[in-house]
Amino acid sequence: GLSRSLKIFLGDMDAPVYQLTAPDKMETMTVQQDATSTVRPFVVCAILRDVAFTPERYASFIDLQDQLHRNLCRQRTLVAIGTHDMDAVRGPFHYDARCPDDIEFVPLKSSDDTAGQAFTGRTLLEHYETHPDCKHLKPYVPIIKDSSLYPVVLDNENVVLSLPPIINGDRSKITLDTKNVFIECTATDLTKANIVLDTVVTMFSEYCSQPFHIEPVRVNYVDAAGTTTKSDVTPALSTRRVQAGVDFINSLIGIQETAERMVELCNKIQLGPATLEVGPDGRQQMLEVCVPPTRSDILHPVDIAEDVGIAYGYNNIVKRVPHTNTVGGEQPLNKLGDLLRDEIGRAGYTEVLTHGLCSVRDNFTALRKQITAAVSLSNPANVEYEVVRTTLLPGLLKTLQHNKSASFTAGFKLFEISDVVLPDDRHAITGTVVGARNERRLCAVYAGPTSGFEVIHGLVDRVLTLTEVAPEEEYGSNSTKGDEEKFRVAREGWCYTIRELTAGDADAGTYFPGRAAEILLTSPSTGGERVRIGTFGILHPEVLSAFDVGYPASCLEINLEPLM
Amino acid sequence: FFLLRSSTPRRQATMSAEEAAILTHLSSRPDAAIEDTLTWSDQSKLDHKAVVGAVKSLQADAYVTASDLTKSYFDLSAEAKDILANGSQEIIVLGALCEAGEAGISMPDLQAKVGKNVCKIGMGNCMKNKWAKKDGGNLVATSSLADVTDEVQAHLKALADAGGSESAVDAKTVQALKRRKLINLVTLKSYKVGRGESYAPVRKKKAADLTKEMLDSGAWKTTEFKQYNFQTLGEKVGGGYLHPLLKVRAEFRNILLEMGFHEMPTNKWVESSFWNFDSLFQPQSHPARDAHDTFFIKEPAQTVSLPEDYYDRVKTMHEVGGSGSIGYRYDFKREETLKNLLRTHTTAVSSQMLYKLANQEGGFKPARYFSIDRVFRNETMDATHLCEFHQVEGLVADYDLSLGDLIGTIETFFKKIGIEKLRFKPAFNPYTEPSMEIFGYHPDLKQWTEIGNSGMFRPEMLAPMGLPENVRVIAWGLSLERPTMIK
Repeated sequence: GLSRSLKIFLGDMDAPVYQLTAPDKMETMTVQQDATSTVRPFVVCAILRDVAFTPERYASFIDLQDQLHRNLCRQRTLVAIGTHDMDAVRGPFHYDARCPDDIEFVPLKSSDDTAGQAFTGRTLLEHYETHPDCKHLKPYVPIIKDSSLYPVVLDNENVVLSLPPIINGDRSKITLDTKNVFIECTATDLTKANIVLDTVVTMFSEYCSQPFHIEPVRVNYVDAAGTTTKSDVTPALSTRRVQAGVDFINSLIGIQETAERMVELCNKIQLGPATLEVGPDGRQQMLEVCVPPTRSDILHPVDIAEDVGIAYGYNNIVKRVPHTNTVGGEQPLNKLGDLLRDEIGRAGYTEVLTHGLCSVRDNFTALRKQITAAVSLSNPANVEYEVVRTTLLPGLLKTLQHNKSASFTAGFKLFEISDVVLPDDRHAITGTVVGARNERRLCAVYAGPTSGFEVIHGLVDRVLTLTEVAPEEEYGSNSTKGDEEKFRVAREGWCYTIRELTAGDADAGTYFPGRAAEILLTSPSTGGERVRIGTFGILHPEVLSAFDVGYPASCLEINLEPLM
Repeated sequence: FFLLRSSTPRRQATMSAEEAAILTHLSSRPDAAIEDTLTWSDQSKLDHKAVVGAVKSLQADAYVTASDLTKSYFDLSAEAKDILANGSQEIIVLGALCEAGEAGISMPDLQAKVGKNVCKIGMGNCMKNKWAKKDGGNLVATSSLADVTDEVQAHLKALADAGGSESAVDAKTVQALKRRKLINLVTLKSYKVGRGESYAPVRKKKAADLTKEMLDSGAWKTTEFKQYNFQTLGEKVGGGYLHPLLKVRAEFRNILLEMGFHEMPTNKWVESSFWNFDSLFQPQSHPARDAHDTFFIKEPAQTVSLPEDYYDRVKTMHEVGGSGSIGYRYDFKREETLKNLLRTHTTAVSSQMLYKLANQEGGFKPARYFSIDRVFRNETMDATHLCEFHQVEGLVADYDLSLGDLIGTIETFFKKIGIEKLRFKPAFNPYTEPSMEIFGYHPDLKQWTEIGNSGMFRPEMLAPMGLPENVRVIAWGLSLERPTMIK
């Protein structure tokens, strides 16, 4: 395919024109609609005549099917391709779905010990699920395993040709000597089935004695009463003529090509024969191109414009910058975070960046907390990533654990400003409620020869001073105030205090008894009430040992959002 | 480290007893000397280690000169002294065997005769030297005492006679004797000490640092200061540190702000498949939506509510197309769109911003947006793959934008972060058309590396939002980690 495209682009070859042949008698595929609709409703078919296989072409034919199964067919869930030696079977063909125990079938050899052996639908799937040689087929078993009916493709004698989407029959297998190939694609998505079949036949019809000629098959859908409800001729080989405005293309790509030059480019990139038409307004020049069946990606005129752009060469486009002036701006929450990061760094703390995902153990039990609701993953990559953290503390404690060799004698100080995620079934953004919300937090730890409670307490006061919140009258009155207090900037109506955390508090277990406090904020938005924005204290020795930290430590965790 | 410095240098120059004794000894006449500190310490009843310490300290201030008298000699172990007196174990054993005659002697009898230790070592060496053999249970001599010489004893004697001097025997012999733990090298460090150029009978210790007390008392005027060693590094400054990746984040934020971009609110990690994929016109059967690539959420598994009229327009676009597109032509499933996940890109937020831009009061106005925030991919972790990383994203929404605008904007951005040479390669992306991979030239590695992705959002994405038909949106993205690593 690649070398063919290059030859056409360089003008050494004409773009292929795919043609459906007109056989004397068209092969038919009859679909038992009521049965197949329960599991895999659609089928499309085609025949390639007088194919000359060589070992390379044969390998490439198998490889193409594997690639398609993996990508477009989404691991065969959407489409499954079955290919058969046309001379080993006879039409008319049938597509049906039958009870697993009623299906009798000799599949292609998948393990040495079962070559040529017949299975029922049920025993075959069990065999593939368990046999060590069938690992490559095992992933497809669940696609139909639990259906009451399994899909089957049958020949005129009611012999099973394939059990899609799992495996083909042994009788009709393709060999190097095969001349005529019957292709069936069963599917849950008809659009995709047509694209897949078009891809297979356009790629391989090149090797037919009459290149690019494909023999069609009539597919009849019949209902329970035997009435034909729909009759298609496949492959669709859909060739469309699509228009895109010359001005539109020039404007989108940022070039000034003439209409005639665009026609030339389109012929080079297999969108020919291209013509020029007049648009509906009677003035606009329209480029009309022919979209071959190989180009299922072309949905809109922008796709034509892109191809013209690629043919022109992206690196040849003249650079510009958008002309409208706009004013930049920060998110206030990010701005606050960055200002605090600078200040806390200046206060001697080292910033860390830890994972948002963690284990249930680290997030709850290791912190001596009850396991409560958290956003949990359905397919975690490993046990370390079971939930989205609801606290920043585990990340900092793990950092301490991994820096055991560092010197703690002068005190080891860490901090992080980042998000936690909390379940919340009311929080709406852009009219959407997902059931969770982020919360921006500050967490800091001190670990050293002594607990450093007063160090962390000092950081609490510093952070609130920086966010222009004054201590409540009583709270600050016991301390000797320096002159700086006189010049403190505080917001009107904002103040804070701290209070010992009661033993029964949900956060109390993390801290050493009698050495933990809550930080209470009063602001215009709390309606004069004190609202908890965080806690701090000496960490409980069992928490320290759960994270393998050998030094006493204190920590604080504050929700920054109420300080905005 | 901190403690080392904070223990301020001794202010008062108190002389130690050793220092005093040395200086006194040298005071008798100008050429007075201590010939050997070792013998002198013994005579003066001082600890030699302390004396050496005092000599070093005085030498630093040039009160004394000191020349090295270090010597080493081999000391004979108790076993070696035994050999000197009685002969080596193998000779003793051979003697016993010869005495026993041709019948030989049994092991227990030999042990009883010469002792357990002598028997063990001597027997082994006799066998090695082929002086004896085993005959049944007995040991029989194959050489007579007259045929052999006791080399070990001879070597030890030579050493002992030379006072343990290293030159008494050859190196190979030294090795062999050492292996038998018969000799041990002893090093004696001692000095010959004489007057130095700054000699004085009483020492006045120089100050190491200028102190507050010296300023207060004025003592700095008369104090002698030690010479400072300028060839050592200064003390670490201490203080805190910001995370390197987040420093780069701050740098990139500034650049984008300078370029007139407005930051998007990306503090939303849990997203619906609708905003993460469907609103971007990414088909529901796209492989990126596999559990292999995306973290889906068990709890809360489903999005509770969506803007329904917009949802209908998105669904129609997927199923039958519109605005010039033929759509993807498949059955759009609501249960698929409601599946919650951890966002795989910040484009999930960009699409919400564009939706708001289209529906804001007063209608659409041109805008530039950016964000730098965390995204999640279900990757197996290794040195180069993390399941969480930071995405930098920029976008411009304006009338009649072109691919040329995108290239120009990207070049401006990368020039500001120090990457000058760029190339663009066509790429495929489900929600941009045209799409381009961005390659940057790495001058040190001398090669082109992929540094980002870009494109113009598809009309099928923009039309359902309600943006005017000739509004186009150009966008580019990169990971924050990649350029940080390159830098």
